[in-house]
Amino acid sequence: MAYEITLLTAMGIAVIFALSLNLITGFCGQISLGHAAFYGIGAYCAAMITKSGLPFPLALAAGFLLAGAIGTVVGIASLRVRHDFLAITTMGVGFLFLGIVRQQDFLGGEMGLSGIPSSGLSKPAFMTLVLVIAAAVATFSIYLKRSWMGYVFDSVADDEDTARMMGIDVSRYKLVAFAMGTALAGLAGGLYAHNIRFIDPESFGFVESITVLAMVVVGGIGSVWGVILAAAVLSVMPLWLQFISDYKLLLYGALLFAVMRFSPNGMAGMVTAILRRSKTTGTGGKA
Amino acid sequence: MLAFELLLQGLVQGSIYALIAVGLTLVYGLLRILHVAHAGLFTLGGYIGVLITNATGSLALALLVAMPAMGLLGVAIYRTCYEPLLGRPPYVALIASIGLFIMMEELFRLIFGPYGISFTAPPLQNTVAVLGVNLKEAELATMIGGIVLIGGLALLTLRTRIGTASRATVTDPKMAEAFGVNIARIRDINFFVGSALAASAGVMVALLNNLVEPTMGSVPSYKALAIIVLGGLGDLRGTLIAALALGVIEAFGTIYLGNLLDRDAIAFAFLIAVLMLRPQGLFGKG
Repeated sequence: MAYEITLLTAMGIAVIFALSLNLITGFCGQISLGHAAFYGIGAYCAAMITKSGLPFPLALAAGFLLAGAIGTVVGIASLRVRHDFLAITTMGVGFLFLGIVRQQDFLGGEMGLSGIPSSGLSKPAFMTLVLVIAAAVATFSIYLKRSWMGYVFDSVADDEDTARMMGIDVSRYKLVAFAMGTALAGLAGGLYAHNIRFIDPESFGFVESITVLAMVVVGGIGSVWGVILAAAVLSVMPLWLQFISDYKLLLYGALLFAVMRFSPNGMAGMVTAILRRSKTTGTGGKA
Repeated sequence: MLAFELLLQGLVQGSIYALIAVGLTLVYGLLRILHVAHAGLFTLGGYIGVLITNATGSLALALLVAMPAMGLLGVAIYRTCYEPLLGRPPYVALIASIGLFIMMEELFRLIFGPYGISFTAPPLQNTVAVLGVNLKEAELATMIGGIVLIGGLALLTLRTRIGTASRATVTDPKMAEAFGVNIARIRDINFFVGSALAASAGVMVALLNNLVEPTMGSVPSYKALAIIVLGGLGDLRGTLIAALALGVIEAFGTIYLGNLLDRDAIAFAFLIAVLMLRPQGLFGKG
């Protein structure tokens, strides 16, 4: 049972993290290659707070707010650039975060922070907390997607210039998506720090940014269910694939490549295509 | 004297960056694809360079094999991986390319081992004095090699029919095609030349460090992306200047900002600072 609890907790955190990026990349169409930085900001912030003796809920909230605040500042700066420029700028933000953390002694530098206090919850209770938050974030995502703001995001993702011409304040909505997404990543980071209870700069590096982007893309950009499924599968895949651990990353890269090469709309796109095909063959039979 | 020494070190590193980034810019200018897997060819070029030098004792032969071999592999990557994705949104090719790069790094690790390989008898390790500064022959060779190769590329693009056709295709592919330019061939040539240059950079880095390892492409890969953005995406001259500038800034930054930021972060701090002031890159238009 303990194994399943560990597995589900890791899955839940991955789902929150992936859904947070889905707000930015999926809904609003802004590619980020540095999302792990905000995950890291939340983790480091929450860890520092519980290490100084303050309660765990406060630490989670602080990680959420700090990541969101820094995310907003980064957003104001980086949303001036578009498309490929934005992808590279966010990648730069990720490397900058690592570069700064590595040189700070009070953040443990290269060695990271160990001995992060326990959340005070038992393992099953912590898992429940993670899963409840993940469900809440998923509900929020679905609600947001169907709200007027979801449609605005959609129009920005689809064609920024047209959206602007229709009188939509594009920069403002991009910033809103960025603030929400980075804050939720910070929340996921706080949970991660108190789940593993050890963090170091490497856990929030470029590979992590790519991993979370892979979850969004493999699931199907913008599809909440697709992203949840992909996050759940991809986060535990390394554990299932222990027996081929030497080929794990190879398989990961191959998967990323194959999905983009053969089904760029991800799993959600695949399902839609299959449904559509069965529907058309159905009406074809009638005629 | 320290300043001059740092400047030279920076220019050596900048030449490496330039050789990698030029290929990326060629690809970006033509296809609007951020070709992350480019650095995989740089790494493989380094491996081939070391293996052939160790087997035959000839560095020149190693370069002569590594460059065209990687050029052909570059064309093969374009044909199989990017060509089918050209009509898709840009992130599709970008993520496919990242996946491809991860695969390549893992394959190098599995095939050549995780610890990397070195020259059995490293060539060009003597020091020579240049204007009062001691440089390794390998460093000097890197600079000269960079100048010769990029100078050759400049001649090719500015003085030959293929170069003219290539520039026309970058400016307006449809118009170029209407004038009888074979666009498919131009793309092949660009991938070939860019990948061959990356391979030469790989061999040079192998010489400088006397080591090639599976992950040696990661950091240059991301930095080269920063460089082509700084250079204004797709602009050859801008890329060249940005590469050399970054090499020099890193050399000085490591000394003067070392306890605030690590070396790799300096490049990106510089990138972000520039983009805030000029969102179109240092030399981009409009």
